Amino acid sequence: MNLRKYLKVYKKFLHTSLASELEYKTNILIDLITAILSLIGSIFLLSIFFQNNGYIGGWKFEQALIIQGIYTILNGITNTWFNPNLTEIVKHIREGTLDFVLLKPIDSQFFISLKKINPSGFLEIMLGFFLLLFCIRINQINLSLSFLSLSLITISCSICILYSLWFFISTTTIWFVKTWNAIEVLRSFLYIGRFPLNSFSFSLRIFFSIFIPIAFITTIPSEVFLGLSQLWKILLEVIVASVFLITSRKFWLFALKFYSSASS
Amino acid sequence: MIFNLINRKIFTLLKVQYSNMLEYRVEIALWAISGIIPFFMLNIWTNNNLNESINISDVMLSRYFLCAFFVRQFSVVWVVFSFEEDSLMGKVSPYLIQPLNPFFRYFAQHLAEQITRFPFALIIAFFFFIFNPESLWIPNLGILLLSIISTFLSFLIQFLIQSIVACLCFWTEKASSIERLLFIPTLFLSGLLAPVVSFPAYVKSWIYLTPFPYLIDFPANLLSGNETNISGGLSMQILWIFLLFPLFKKIWSEGTKKYTAMGS
Repeated sequence: MNLRKYLKVYKKFLHTSLASELEYKTNILIDLITAILSLIGSIFLLSIFFQNNGYIGGWKFEQALIIQGIYTILNGITNTWFNPNLTEIVKHIREGTLDFVLLKPIDSQFFISLKKINPSGFLEIMLGFFLLLFCIRINQINLSLSFLSLSLITISCSICILYSLWFFISTTTIWFVKTWNAIEVLRSFLYIGRFPLNSFSFSLRIFFSIFIPIAFITTIPSEVFLGLSQLWKILLEVIVASVFLITSRKFWLFALKFYSSASS
Repeated sequence: MIFNLINRKIFTLLKVQYSNMLEYRVEIALWAISGIIPFFMLNIWTNNNLNESINISDVMLSRYFLCAFFVRQFSVVWVVFSFEEDSLMGKVSPYLIQPLNPFFRYFAQHLAEQITRFPFALIIAFFFFIFNPESLWIPNLGILLLSIISTFLSFLIQFLIQSIVACLCFWTEKASSIERLLFIPTLFLSGLLAPVVSFPAYVKSWIYLTPFPYLIDFPANLLSGNETNISGGLSMQILWIFLLFPLFKKIWSEGTKKYTAMGS
């Protein structure tokens, strides 16, 4: 019953934010071109790396393309949900309108992280999917039920980790008010996710698997695609994702205790 | 007399904006950190011995990427985002009444931000040299001066391009998506992620006719002591400024006629 209520509310969210975003139709077109160019750019960069080398960090060009595909999908999800909502959270806190959200008979985290949607990110997600399909062909991956379910599990875990990272930073807005630049830092770190983790030096690898688990976000799903991943890595990703989700929830509830409205 | 007046105006603007920027030290520090992507790229290059194929030694490459980081730090432009917000909020109207082009205000804002950012960039460079002591070098005074000039010219080119895009706000409200589109070729072709020397021949044949390599690659090569055509690069930078400036003036005078004073 509760779930049905949330689904109903989410449908309304979708409806209102799509209606307001579709007002800027040329914007959506420009965003599509941006997404395509950005994918071409990263493949171009990758091709420079592979110009005179067959392997980078043990990955062939065709295999590294899988990482690009997964990164593009995740980036599309970020642009569709995480980014527009974060903008809203910052606004809510700066202008004190978070009061109205807290007063609503609905979970505040649900409201705040799903209220907005940016449809141009869908196109990026689709682009990523096409690239992945292409990679499945050129790498001659056999589609089987276990492969599909494992890749689905790892990619959803990546989404959870990514969401938690974004939501962590949004939550800190309660103390710092302006968090734009913290997001820029996160974005530049996430950029690492475009390349196989093994291509970095040992110290960076440690940093990106323990402190900011970017390694988990793209490399493990790609390994699953290639059938290289060990079971313990997948289990580890599931554990990391659940830890991140739970702490981001706890952190939000903790932060709310410090929320002291604004301009009222 | 007139010159004196302009001088005083600029000085006052700078002073106001500098004290404004000092308030946001933490954010500017974070922003400086978000520019460390070149170091990640350097890590990929040297860790996979990719530089052997383009005949640049490890040390020269690390200097190149450090300089690319510096040039990027002092040529970041965000005028389109400020202008878009101001024009949507109707803040542009009072600026238009003043006997000073509002872009001078943004220009002073950027310069003040660069001054605030300088110490943070130095700290990051200091850490870079701790980890890579062998790449420490002192450029001679003439080269240092020339590269400061060329970095400033690169900043001017980007400022002009973005101001032209910002003027499109008079027609479309959301000009920032066009800026995001333009940022993609800037990111991949300017030399921030890979030196232009390493690009394949089919790109190198036309890229020097575009403004992109003069934004980061040329000043960074100059400062780091890598091979580059100094007089050619500087004259191309100046040429682009001479091409863009009349365009900006034209679009500004057309745009102000179109202005509809939104939000007021």
